[in-house]
Amino acid sequence: MSTRIRESRGQEMALTAAVAVVIVLLSLLPMLRLVKEIVAPGGTVSDVAIKAGLASPATWIATWHTLVVGIGGTLLAVLSGTLVAVLVSLTDIRGRGALVLCYVMPLMIAPQVTALAWLQLFGPASPFLKLFGAAPPLGTKNPLYSTSGIILLLGVQYGPLVFLLVRAGLRKLPRELVEAARAGGAGWFTVLVTIVLPLMTPSIMAAAALAFVSCVGNFGIPAFLGIPANYLVLPTLIYQKLAGGGPAVLGETAFLSVLIGVIAMAGILAQEVMSRRRDYRISSTSLPAEPYELGRWRAVVQAGMWLLIVLVLFLPLFGLVLTSLVPGYGIALTAKTATLDNYRFVLFEHDAANRAFFNSFWLSIAAAFFAVVVAVPVGYLIAWGKQRWVRLLNLSVELPYALPGVVLAIASLLLFLRPIPLTGIQLYNTVWIILYAYLARFLVLALRPTISGYHQIDRALEEAAQVAGAGLFTRLRTIVFPLVAPAAIAGGLLIFMTALSELTVSALLWSSGSETIGVVMFSFEQGGDSNYAAAMSVITVAVTFVLMLVTNLLAPYLPSGVLPWRD
Amino acid sequence: MARLSLDHVTKSFADFDAVKDVSIDVADGEFLAVLGPSGCGKTTLLRLVAGFEKVTSGEIRIGSDVVSNSGGSVAPEKRRVGIVFQNYALWPHMTVAENIGYSLKVAKLDKAVARQKVEDALALVNLQGLGERGPANLSGGQRQRVALARCLVAAPSLVLFDEPLANLDVHLRASMEDEFSAFHKRTGTTIVYITHDQAEAMALADRIAVMDHGRLAQLATPRELYHEPANEMVASFISQGILLPADVLTGEEGGHCKVRVLGTELVVRCRPGQRPRAGAKICCRSADLDVSPDGPGFDGIVKRVIYQGGGARIEFAPAAGPDLTLHFEQPDPVVLDSGAQARLRIKSGWLIPAGTAS
Repeated sequence: MSTRIRESRGQEMALTAAVAVVIVLLSLLPMLRLVKEIVAPGGTVSDVAIKAGLASPATWIATWHTLVVGIGGTLLAVLSGTLVAVLVSLTDIRGRGALVLCYVMPLMIAPQVTALAWLQLFGPASPFLKLFGAAPPLGTKNPLYSTSGIILLLGVQYGPLVFLLVRAGLRKLPRELVEAARAGGAGWFTVLVTIVLPLMTPSIMAAAALAFVSCVGNFGIPAFLGIPANYLVLPTLIYQKLAGGGPAVLGETAFLSVLIGVIAMAGILAQEVMSRRRDYRISSTSLPAEPYELGRWRAVVQAGMWLLIVLVLFLPLFGLVLTSLVPGYGIALTAKTATLDNYRFVLFEHDAANRAFFNSFWLSIAAAFFAVVVAVPVGYLIAWGKQRWVRLLNLSVELPYALPGVVLAIASLLLFLRPIPLTGIQLYNTVWIILYAYLARFLVLALRPTISGYHQIDRALEEAAQVAGAGLFTRLRTIVFPLVAPAAIAGGLLIFMTALSELTVSALLWSSGSETIGVVMFSFEQGGDSNYAAAMSVITVAVTFVLMLVTNLLAPYLPSGVLPWRD
Repeated sequence: MARLSLDHVTKSFADFDAVKDVSIDVADGEFLAVLGPSGCGKTTLLRLVAGFEKVTSGEIRIGSDVVSNSGGSVAPEKRRVGIVFQNYALWPHMTVAENIGYSLKVAKLDKAVARQKVEDALALVNLQGLGERGPANLSGGQRQRVALARCLVAAPSLVLFDEPLANLDVHLRASMEDEFSAFHKRTGTTIVYITHDQAEAMALADRIAVMDHGRLAQLATPRELYHEPANEMVASFISQGILLPADVLTGEEGGHCKVRVLGTELVVRCRPGQRPRAGAKICCRSADLDVSPDGPGFDGIVKRVIYQGGGARIEFAPAAGPDLTLHFEQPDPVVLDSGAQARLRIKSGWLIPAGTAS
C-alpha cells in the first residue's frame, strides 16, 4: 500500500520540483543576484554602491525625468484609454470590432517603431509633410525631441493598455447598478460620474499602475526621442553608461536599475492603497447595461474616434512606409524617387541586419516554444494546485515582466558576466544571454492565458482520466495539454510578436554577432539611416500583423480576453 | 401615485416577440402581480414600463402622460418610477445612507432636507442606525429593505418589483411578504410586482396578470384565477389544475351546465352564455376529486402513491382515458397502493370558456 502511495506522489513531486527549478533559475536567481550587487558588492556588505549612486547628479536628473515622463505618460494613457473604453463599451457607437482592433494595434507595435514612425511624420525630412510641401526646413529640430514628445508617445503606446483593463471592468458592471441610478432620476452623465467611474476605480487604478510601470521602464521611446535632445531617463542613462563603460560600470548601473524597480513598485503600491479605500466589490453578475443612445451625436463621436485612430495609427504607419521608400535623408518622395532599395539593403546586403533578422526570429520562436511548454505544467500547479505557495509561484513568474526590462537585463549581465560555475560555460557576449532574458521576461505572457484557459476547463475532465487509471504525466500529455493548448499557443504567439522587435533587453545584452532587429534598427536610426530603420520597422509590423491574423484563427477556442485586439 | 396603462404593447427582439399585444390597466394604488413561467416575457414587461427597453408598437401611459410609444420613449430617469431589483443592485462604493439618498442628491435637494428624508426612509424599513454601514455588511433581508427604502425616498409614482424575494430563504421570504403588504397599505403606492411564485402573487396582489409566451393569458383577481381560469394554460399553471376532455350537453343556466366527462355526466360551473359543444375541456382541482368505491363515477388504476407526511398524493389513470393523469390527496390512513383498481367521482369543476383553447 505505502509503495503505491509513494508512486502516485512521485509524479506530482517530480512536476513540482521541475517547475520550482525553472522558476528559481528564471525569476528568483537574477533578482537575488541584483540585490546582492547592491547590498554587498564584491561579496561584503557595504553601502558603497548606494552612496556612489546617490552622490551622482546624473542619477537625480534622470530620476526626475523618469518621474516626469512616467507620470505624464500615465496620465495621458489613463485619460485617453478610459475615455475610449467608456465610449466603446457604454454607447451605441458602431463598428466596435474594427475600432478596438485599430485602437489596440499600437500596443502590438514595438515602442521604438512607434517612435520612429512619429519622428518620420513630423521631422524636417518627413516625406509625408513634403507631400504637401509642409515640412519644416532641413536642420530644424524635430518637435518630438522633447519632454512633451516623449509623454505624448508614451500616452499613445500605453493608452490601449488602460483601455483593455477598463473595458474588461466595464463588461463586468451589472446593468442593475446603472438602471437603479437612472430610475433614481440620474441622467446618463450623472450615472457615469457617480456610479460607473467610481465602481471602475480598481480597474482604472490597476491600469494606471501598469501604464506607469511600462512608461517608467520604456526604453525605445526615450531612446529615440530623448537621447538626441540629451534628455535622459533612467533606462537610457543605464544604456549610455554601459555603452561607454562596459562591464566596469555594471555595479553603478545595477544601482540605477534597482532604482527603476523601486519607482515601479512604488506605483504598484500606490494603486493597492488607492483601491482599498472603499468597497468596490461587485457581488452580483448580470447582463451588461444597455448601450447609451448617442442620437445625433453618434456620427460626431464616431468621426472623432476614427480621427483619433488615423492620428495614432494610420498616419504614423503611413509616414513610416513613405520613409522606407525614400532613397535618402531629406529627399522628397515622388513616383520617380520611390524605391525598394532600402528593403533590399536590410534584407540581403547589410550583414548585421541579416544576422538580426535571423537572430530575432529564432530567439522569438525559441522563447515562445519554451514558454508554451513550461506554461502548461506551471499553469496546472497555479490554477489547480492546492498548495499554498502557488500564489508565491505566480508572483515570482510575474516579477521579471512586471519590473522594467532594464532591471532584468542588468541582472542577467551580473549573473553571466563570469562563466557559469562548475561548467565553465560562457553566456556573456553570446546570443544565449539574450535568450535567457527573453525566457525569464516573457514566460508570464504565455502563463496568463494558460491559467485563464485552465479556469474555463471543467476539472472533472482530468479527474475522469485519473479514475480511468492515467498517471499525472499521462494526463498532462493526453488530456490537459490538448485542452489548454489553444490558450497556451496564443500566449506563445503573443510572445513571438513581442520578442521579435524587442529592444529594451537586447540593447543592453547584445554583442557583435548577436544583434537583434531592435538593436540594428536603433543603430541605423542613431547613425542617421532612418530609411533603413523604417524599412526594417515596416517588415516587423507586417510580420506582426500577419501573425495577428493567424492567431485570430485560434479565437474560437480561446477564453475571451486572451487576444487583446479582439473585441 | 398614478395609474399605469399598457395599450397593445408589443416588444420584439430581432425575430422574437418577447411581449405580444399586451393590454393592462393598473388602477391608482393597485397592487398588480405579473406571474408566469421563466421566459414568458414578464421581466421584459417590467423593463418596458421602467423605460430600459423601447416598445416596438403600442403605448404605455403613467398617470396621464404617454411615456412610451412607437414614436419615442421618455428616459427612465424622467419617469419617476422606483425599482426593487432581484439582486438589490446596491452600489458597493456607497454607504446605506448614500445609497438611499442618491436620487435626492441627483435632484439637488437641500442637504438637511435630504438627510431627514433618508432618516425617515430608514425608519420606515426598520433600519434606523444602519445608515453608515456598507451594503456588504448587511444581511440579505436588510439589503432588500435598503433597496426598498432607496426606491421609496423619491416618492415615485409607481414602484416596480423584479422578483424581489427570489434570492431570500424561505423564512425571510414570508416576513418580507408581510412587509411588502404592510408597505403597500401604508403608502398606497401603485405596485407592479414580477414573480414566478404563485403563492407570493396570490398572497400579495389585488390582481394577477398571468403571462405566457409573451401574451397576457389572463388578468384577474387571485380568487377568479383559481376558480374560473380563462384558458387551459392558466387552468393548468395555477395550482396544478387538472384538465379533462368534456362534451357540453346543455347550455348555461344559472352559471352551471351539464357535461360528460370520462363517460359520466356531471354539472360544472361555467361562464354565462356557454352552449352545448363537443371537444371542450373542464378544469378541476384535486379537492374536487373523491374516492367513491360504490357510488357513481369512473374506474381506473392508481399509477403512483407519493407519501408526503400526513397523507399521500395519488396519481390516477382513468380506464376511459389511460393517458390522462388525475391527482388528489388522500389523508392518512392511505389505503390505496400503486397498481390498485379504484373508482373516482368528480364533485365539481369549471368549464374552460369556448374559443380560448391555447
